[in-house]
Amino acid sequence: MRSSDEGTGTVVSGAVRKYANVPGGLLPLLHEIQAELGFIPADCVKVIASGMGLSRAEVHGVISFYHDFHDQPKGQTTIHVCRAEACQAMGSRSLEAHVKARLGIEYGGTTTDGRYSLEPVYCLGNCACSPSVRIGDDVYARVDADRFDELLDSI
Amino acid sequence: MVKIFIPADTTSCALGADAVAKEVTLQAQNRGLDITIIRNGSRGAFWLEPLVEIEADGNRYCYGPVNPSEVAGLFDAGFPGLCEHALLLGQAADIDWLARQDRLTFGRAGLIDPLSLDDYKQNGGYEGLNNALDMSPAEIVGAVTDSGLRGRGGAAFPTGIKWRTVLNTPADQKYVAANADEGDSGTFADRLLMEADPYQLIEGMTICAMAVGATEGYIYLRSEYPKALQVLNQVIATAEDANLLGKNICGSGRDFHIHIRVGAGAYICGEETSMLESLEGKRGLVRFKPPLPAIEGLFGKPTVVNNVLTLAAVTTVLAKGAAYYKDYGSGRSRGTLSVQLAGNIRRGGLIEVPFGASLRELVEEFGGGTASGRPVRAIQVGGPLGAYLPESQWDTPMDYEAFTEVGAMLGHGGVVVFDDSVDMLAQARFAMEFCAVESCGKCTPCRIGSVRGVELIDKIAKNENKSASFELLEELCETLDQGSLCAMGGLTPMPVRSAIRHFPQDFEVSSGSGVER
Repeated sequence: MRSSDEGTGTVVSGAVRKYANVPGGLLPLLHEIQAELGFIPADCVKVIASGMGLSRAEVHGVISFYHDFHDQPKGQTTIHVCRAEACQAMGSRSLEAHVKARLGIEYGGTTTDGRYSLEPVYCLGNCACSPSVRIGDDVYARVDADRFDELLDSI
Repeated sequence: MVKIFIPADTTSCALGADAVAKEVTLQAQNRGLDITIIRNGSRGAFWLEPLVEIEADGNRYCYGPVNPSEVAGLFDAGFPGLCEHALLLGQAADIDWLARQDRLTFGRAGLIDPLSLDDYKQNGGYEGLNNALDMSPAEIVGAVTDSGLRGRGGAAFPTGIKWRTVLNTPADQKYVAANADEGDSGTFADRLLMEADPYQLIEGMTICAMAVGATEGYIYLRSEYPKALQVLNQVIATAEDANLLGKNICGSGRDFHIHIRVGAGAYICGEETSMLESLEGKRGLVRFKPPLPAIEGLFGKPTVVNNVLTLAAVTTVLAKGAAYYKDYGSGRSRGTLSVQLAGNIRRGGLIEVPFGASLRELVEEFGGGTASGRPVRAIQVGGPLGAYLPESQWDTPMDYEAFTEVGAMLGHGGVVVFDDSVDMLAQARFAMEFCAVESCGKCTPCRIGSVRGVELIDKIAKNENKSASFELLEELCETLDQGSLCAMGGLTPMPVRSAIRHFPQDFEVSSGSGVER
């Protein structure tokens, strides 16, 4: 999708109008665009910058600083595997290896059919029932290789 | 009509609570039973979730952990009445793990419907604000100071002093910023509070606003907590409708508005100045201090930045008095500590106890040892920047000073247990790797030192120039410790050094070329 596309333009200009006068509005604006479009197209930066009274460098700087924002489309569903210590203590290192092998992608990758993207996450706050995996907005506890396969097959 | 309580917090749902609720609805329908399901929050006994409760003879009885496949069997045995069943645990007070806690902050968690303002009020909610509205700002700040409350986010700075600074700094606009960017591994207390008893945060922020003269508040919530976001959005709207937020709160002539800002997956934004930058819509780069946020904080205005649990604790201080709160605790650590027992643990969850309990008591008596059944070997306390403690340190009382004395820190109260299969070299390497991933990039020691740290630990693992690599790693740790602007770079050496100091055998790899050890 490109910002010259009518839909994209509407989303971006709508978000800019909504947040132009909101103090510190850039983060919620970027969240909204990404929620609508699935990513933040690079050629929206100029429109966002002029609408928010910022330089393009500032807008690009914010997009690139935060792990959540991306300027390329992702898979339909993002799978986050927790890499933090509590999950490590319960075998997340082997779970990570299994997930990568099962999906055939590394962190930051998207499956060739476009269904899944894989991202690391450093803590889902579900640390008493590790290892944790987030699929879309749902968190799953005590996930081992078998449980992960079961979850994936049920989607 | 029978009331059935099934938690809807993240962890309970991650363990199948939604499926249990669905199955309970279905079974009740099939059997023509008149029930109401209330989606409460967890009581924090995550090892018993999904914990289903029923109301009978004016009491509540717990069943758990309930698997969706066991629901039909429960109904066959007489559920939702009180029935003999292997999953029946009795009343919450009968569960020793819960009964042994002192729940000042988490007393309502699991008890109430998190979205119900009436439930909150009927269980002591808004008593603190009611008292605060009859007090002068200086009196409120005085109560918080007298309580001995210190920042629960990890830095343990005296809350009263922070508030007094903001109160005494004249400005046309002041802010309250709640730090809900709970990124430390092994911590979930903020999330549990926001999902199980969210009005407490709203009330705490409002009391703070009354104390320091703020009219605008922000909750900086991490994006990893979508359920907490939903809950907070709802309760803020309800509080506004009830005139507990907004203009002229409860007829006091005072205004206070709360806005939620969602983070975007940057651990560093839990650092208070980085969080302020992020709230302003910028990259989360750490600021120099001074100026303190209490003097020049959000948008350059005086700002109280407090952790969720600190603001929550304030409601107890104002409702029951500073002396009541101060009566709990040990040494200069007053009140209760919300320990989050996590990692390889049999009975994990939220344990609120007065400061001063030992790690051994928590891990062995509450936790029941490891989930794997193997011996505990190392315990990391205080998140990814906290030390790994060996068995010789497990009797250290959990208070801020005692932990500092042994080269560790309590932080936000996260306790992550590892069994004897842990490779401490891998854990030390991860600490550096995590710093490299999450560094904001402002300071060279943190940005580049962390990358060099990973490389050096890899060299040690391969037995390359081992003694020189160790020496260099120690120098690097010293540079990070002394030369970083914030705790991210400054504390990353803590897990690394503690791993080397207490678990040296894990760094004695004899494979490789057999060069210098």
